[in-house]
Amino acid sequence: MKTPEEIFEILKSEFQDAVIEIDSELPVEPIIIVDPLKISKVAQFLRDNEELQFDSLMNLSGVDDNNGEKVTDEEGNVTVQGGTFSVYYHLHSTTIDHKVTIRVITDKDKPEVETVDPVWKASTWHEREAYDMYGIIFLNHPDLRRILLPDDWEGYPLRKDYENPEYYDGMKIPY
Amino acid sequence: MSLRTEEMVLNMGPQHPSTHGVLRLELVLEGEVVHDVKPHIGYLHRCFEKHAEAMTYPQVVPYTDRMDYLASMYNNFGYVEAVEKLMGIEVPERVEYIRVIMGELQRIASHLVALGTYGLDLGAFTPFLYLFRDREKILTLFEETCGARLLYNYMWVGGLSHDIHPDFVRKTKEFIDYFRPTVTELNELLTYNKIFIERTANIGVCPAKEAINLGLSGPNLRGSGVKFDLRKNDPYSIYNKFDFEIPVGEGLVGTVGDCWDRYYVRVQEIEQSLRIIEQAIDQIPEGDVKSAVPRRVKPPKGHIYHRVEAPKGELGYFIISDGTVNPARVKVRAPSFVSLSAIGEIAKGYLVADVVAILGSLDIVLGEIDR
Repeated sequence: MKTPEEIFEILKSEFQDAVIEIDSELPVEPIIIVDPLKISKVAQFLRDNEELQFDSLMNLSGVDDNNGEKVTDEEGNVTVQGGTFSVYYHLHSTTIDHKVTIRVITDKDKPEVETVDPVWKASTWHEREAYDMYGIIFLNHPDLRRILLPDDWEGYPLRKDYENPEYYDGMKIPY
Repeated sequence: MSLRTEEMVLNMGPQHPSTHGVLRLELVLEGEVVHDVKPHIGYLHRCFEKHAEAMTYPQVVPYTDRMDYLASMYNNFGYVEAVEKLMGIEVPERVEYIRVIMGELQRIASHLVALGTYGLDLGAFTPFLYLFRDREKILTLFEETCGARLLYNYMWVGGLSHDIHPDFVRKTKEFIDYFRPTVTELNELLTYNKIFIERTANIGVCPAKEAINLGLSGPNLRGSGVKFDLRKNDPYSIYNKFDFEIPVGEGLVGTVGDCWDRYYVRVQEIEQSLRIIEQAIDQIPEGDVKSAVPRRVKPPKGHIYHRVEAPKGELGYFIISDGTVNPARVKVRAPSFVSLSAIGEIAKGYLVADVVAILGSLDIVLGEIDR
């Protein structure tokens, strides 16, 4: 069993810049922050390394960090500019029985994260859900389509600045 | 001479008796052989995660009821434990005991539906009626305790909505005595039925390593022979106080990890749940079930991923708190969601009729897949 700090040291010595920092200030579960465009290699290492063996992806979730800058224009409309999305990976090793949380942070303007689909097949639908709800693009994902919402839905509902549409397919909402 | 063949796409659902709700499976076939299964979900989507962001923490509990509506108690259980862990609340022992008893009764009820409808899918009508008759008795126990039969809102952050009534212990014991022999009845009726075995043994085989990689959990993972149960491997609540076994698939009539194994793991788990209830029911300590309920649920800034062994598998709640009374993010890792995503890999190479058997053996509930 390894603590998140030890796992961070192992990753840091293997990947240097791709592993950014460890955030252990929060009350529970320290998080390791990784570069979104290197995550697939890090994931492969996490699964295949003898000391780590993270064979199971418990959960993958997209999150809107809600840290954009609020800008008010001349007419008083408030829009959010900048800010970031995160993707959290909760990993568990069924053989060694230790856990770790990985987080990648990506810009809202160009939300691109590498897919971990080849490493853990369990992630396929979770990534599609994150794409569906936040519009996070998972690079090299085999089948990145909307999953819960209809294919022709506009916008990404779980973004904090999402506004309910007035019409869907020509129907007024609420009808 | 070889005949030219081509793939054909067949839609199964959204209205189909064996999809257990509104689910559409796009089957890619060559003749009768399945090449791929692409599930199309979302017909029951009702924005649980978006709703949760607009609610206070206790207000989310009734929404969790509506995810896996066959195991609402357990959905409550996972959610309130996650929030309690985030806030650092210690709940009274009495609450823990009652939660475990309710949770295990719910597991039995959920498995009864799974086994009954599985038989129904494969053409065995009688076991379904018998099992629903017994499930009704569990629902009556719940109704007498909290007033609701399916959607309970019973577990609150820090406690319970009602204490158990004075007759609960006696009635639960009566239920156990009545119910235990019916498992044998089920085995005679369905489990070792020749037709049933022909339809399920050696069908939908999923090897252990693949099952872990696909993210299968709960009875589906144990059916593949992996001895992994969160109640033992990552204990929460007071499960480490009880003595019970983890049944795993052994390939008794076919190969390890086939549909029959997944089915039989559930049958065996019913007995283990009964054992836990028997141990817990006599030890319930005195206390006030509402003494630890906070007046204002306002967790500190932070995040938590908490998982419990729900009847259908690993149910995880990922909650981010920004220090206000509303959660900033609630993501649910629904066990059925991940199980269903694996069906394409599992069903590859089997026949169209087997898709029904494989789907039923995964025991999905669309309520928690679409959320």
